[in-house]
Amino acid sequence: MADRRDKHKSKYTLDRGMPGAFEGETVTRRRFMTGTAHGAGAVAAGAFALPALGFALGPIFKTNQHRWEVIGTVDQFPDNNYVPVVITLVPNIGEAGKSTAYVRKFNPEIDTDPYDRNTPYIAVSDRCAHLGCPVRWVDASERFVCPCHGGVYDLLGRRVSGPPVRPLDRFYTRVNGEQVELGSRFSVNSQLRRFSPRDPGEPLDGIGQYLYPSRPDARK
Amino acid sequence: MPKLPAPPIPAPLKAPPPRPGQGNGDGPLEEAKNAGISVVGWVDERTSLSGAARWLMFRKVPKGTNWFYTLGSATMFAFLNQAVTGVFLAMYYRPEPAGGAYESIRYITNDVFLGQFVRGMHKWGASVMVVLVFLHMGRTFFFGAYKYPRELNWVIGVVLLILTMAMGFTGYLLPFDERAYWATTVGVNINGTGPLLGPYLSDFLRGGAEINATTLSRFYAIHMLLIPGLMAALIGAHLYLVAKLGTTAPPWRKAETRAELRETEV
Repeated sequence: MADRRDKHKSKYTLDRGMPGAFEGETVTRRRFMTGTAHGAGAVAAGAFALPALGFALGPIFKTNQHRWEVIGTVDQFPDNNYVPVVITLVPNIGEAGKSTAYVRKFNPEIDTDPYDRNTPYIAVSDRCAHLGCPVRWVDASERFVCPCHGGVYDLLGRRVSGPPVRPLDRFYTRVNGEQVELGSRFSVNSQLRRFSPRDPGEPLDGIGQYLYPSRPDARK
Repeated sequence: MPKLPAPPIPAPLKAPPPRPGQGNGDGPLEEAKNAGISVVGWVDERTSLSGAARWLMFRKVPKGTNWFYTLGSATMFAFLNQAVTGVFLAMYYRPEPAGGAYESIRYITNDVFLGQFVRGMHKWGASVMVVLVFLHMGRTFFFGAYKYPRELNWVIGVVLLILTMAMGFTGYLLPFDERAYWATTVGVNINGTGPLLGPYLSDFLRGGAEINATTLSRFYAIHMLLIPGLMAALIGAHLYLVAKLGTTAPPWRKAETRAELRETEV
């Protein structure tokens, strides 16, 4: 019995009792031919499927171009109120690529957070951190209000009421001579600590920053 | 006196039937009347489709079949409506985010003959289809028509439901007006809230970190090509299984106990 089992495990087809086997054959001619046909088919299928797959998945891995955009002059922005500016988030698609940012000058009395120390201007994104609707700065109540689901943020962009999970995103700013320039976006957690930009709805406190990792195409 | 029918002629004495192509002495009017059936006969001789058509249409249905059973066909009719109106919309639509999309929709609505009607049929047809699909699913569930041997049919149906939802989601962006843009922003961001893979999923849907030109093209390709193809194939499989396995009786109908009154053995 053991003898027969060993015969089936032999790599020689002659031992396995394959009809038409010759001495020293391990792969039958039939297996060789079917294997070659399958291999050629796999190469042909890969030739059109892999580029298509790469085409579909490619944008996930594309890195962002870093652009600084001029938004105004140094005397246009007060330090106790926000001024809306129109910025271009995605170039070349006209109005659909434009968005609003709220900009004010750095105010040492308000911006006490050590992370904000070297920022000349504070630029807050209008993208609500709940699901992405555009928020509106209401001067009278000093709040950002989101029309979609009732998210409310305070002067620093921190959540005061409603479903948002983290404060409003901000943009890097710099001063170039007389002009104020707006850079790329970054996200903050509730302590206003900075992170690479995340989508709305992704909390960044505690385990959140690991649960929602930063993606290659969104980093600076 | 009413005319009685002629007595049957025994087989050996009957005249032989006319051979095809020989004609049987009909005038041109008779030939014209037979034109339709002879075309069908020509196709059937070469494809044997009439057998399949008879199998599909002249199936036995259980006693108690009622109007609820029409919901599946109604859903398919709504799908065909979407497909046909979609083809006509696609003849005018331009998937360009920098103004082309919105402008083409405006052109369809205002300037094309019956454009507003076709666009309206497509827009409202989408809602009609979703309502019907849920009613059909509810009917199948409450009638227990998902049980053996129809489990695969139920699974195909659920996949079709998901594809219907995906069609609604991708089609919503195409007019590229304010509502379309922001609804898609919110929808894609909802996908992003899933832990670990959520951000990658929303990036994949958008084709990047923001909604851009790729997003509209992607959604258009998915809406026009990918999902309709899958849906057509799956609807075909769904219908085949329905014809093959037959429909069930409503749950309030009990099996006929007396063997002599049953038509077929189940």
